[in-house]
Amino acid sequence: MAKFVGGVATSHVPSIGAAIDHNKTQEAYWKPLFDGIEPLRTWAAEAQPDVVIVVYNDHASRFGLDLTPTFAVGAGSSFLPHDEGYGPRPVPPCVGEPDLAWHIVESLVINEEFDITIVNEMTVDHGLTVPLSLAFGQPDQWPCRVIPLCVNVIQYPQPTANRCYKLGKAIRRAIESYPTDIKVAIFGTGGLSHQLQGERAGLINTPYDMKWLNGIVETPEQLAQTTHLELLTEAGSEGLEVIMWMIMRGAMAKDVREVHRFYHVPASNTAYGLLVLEDVE
Amino acid sequence: MLMETRDYHHIPGTYVFDGKHMQQGYALSMFCKSLDDASNREAFRNDPENYLNGFEMTVRQKKAVLDREWLELLRLGGNIYYTFKLAIFDGLTMQHVGAAMSGSGMTVDQFRQMMIDGGRPIDGNRREGKTHG
Repeated sequence: MAKFVGGVATSHVPSIGAAIDHNKTQEAYWKPLFDGIEPLRTWAAEAQPDVVIVVYNDHASRFGLDLTPTFAVGAGSSFLPHDEGYGPRPVPPCVGEPDLAWHIVESLVINEEFDITIVNEMTVDHGLTVPLSLAFGQPDQWPCRVIPLCVNVIQYPQPTANRCYKLGKAIRRAIESYPTDIKVAIFGTGGLSHQLQGERAGLINTPYDMKWLNGIVETPEQLAQTTHLELLTEAGSEGLEVIMWMIMRGAMAKDVREVHRFYHVPASNTAYGLLVLEDVE
Repeated sequence: MLMETRDYHHIPGTYVFDGKHMQQGYALSMFCKSLDDASNREAFRNDPENYLNGFEMTVRQKKAVLDREWLELLRLGGNIYYTFKLAIFDGLTMQHVGAAMSGSGMTVDQFRQMMIDGGRPIDGNRREGKTHG
């Protein structure tokens, strides 16, 4: 049977990827952040997931405005990094896990009545590759297979935090019913507070970020009731993407153990947040 | 689509990318998205005005593109993840356009320093009396 080994919540700021790709991680600006995420790498190396489900959003890369899936599962066998205007990031291609991806899709659509978009060919942008770089560094090949779960958080109406939480719970049930002996982890990415656009660009709301870091660990049911208006106001128009953390949290047990927490401002225009969590059995 | 006022219109300096906003800027966004392709970037570089004529944008939207009016591009229906493709085309960072969109004459160095100092504060930036776009 598949075994669930843990969940990670992390921001996916593109400049973090650029800092890794251009060997700037030890520069004064970046060193505190990369020192702070080191326990994530230790945890990932020990947990050794065979498959990581990465919940992320596409930033006008694979999906344009011609088609906007709310929840899309990558069921293909490989996913290349997208060229976001600077050339593709120099990271390995992601190797997919189609059998588990299709099992999850079937379980979500038939048993759980989630209407999932199935994607067989997709490139993946910094939203997915930066979390992998944070967890695994710069290997020649990623040490795990990857199932991308792409969430629309750009085009209003985004799914609610509560819908994301319920999706996470449904994904966990799918994992639990998968007969193959593999270890599975889930990453929820994006956030924390940031606003890239408008006169309010540069917004950071540390007290609100603390509410999310605490709430994800201790009171996710309560956090799932957060409205879009609250998120847009307090986390910022782009910080709303933190709803993707709810999918990760939904996939975990009611009680979780906080293996590691880290928070740092700024990563470019964004508050960086990290949680590494394991189920309390 | 209904033109009602939404509760999020009261958040200052924030342009929520809802259906109404998206429709207003659809052609503008499709132009920005076209810059993903190197041959399109080359065509736009060689003859910007002619290239823009391939998109059903308004005269005002085209002018805002040509003049790099980063804030106006949002007001005309743009979204940062799309207009940022134009910024990448220009070799600019998100902090350059962040400074430009602040509408306060802020320089990129001042914007960077604001972020290092903890970012733009939320206090006083939650709600305004008037609505926009």
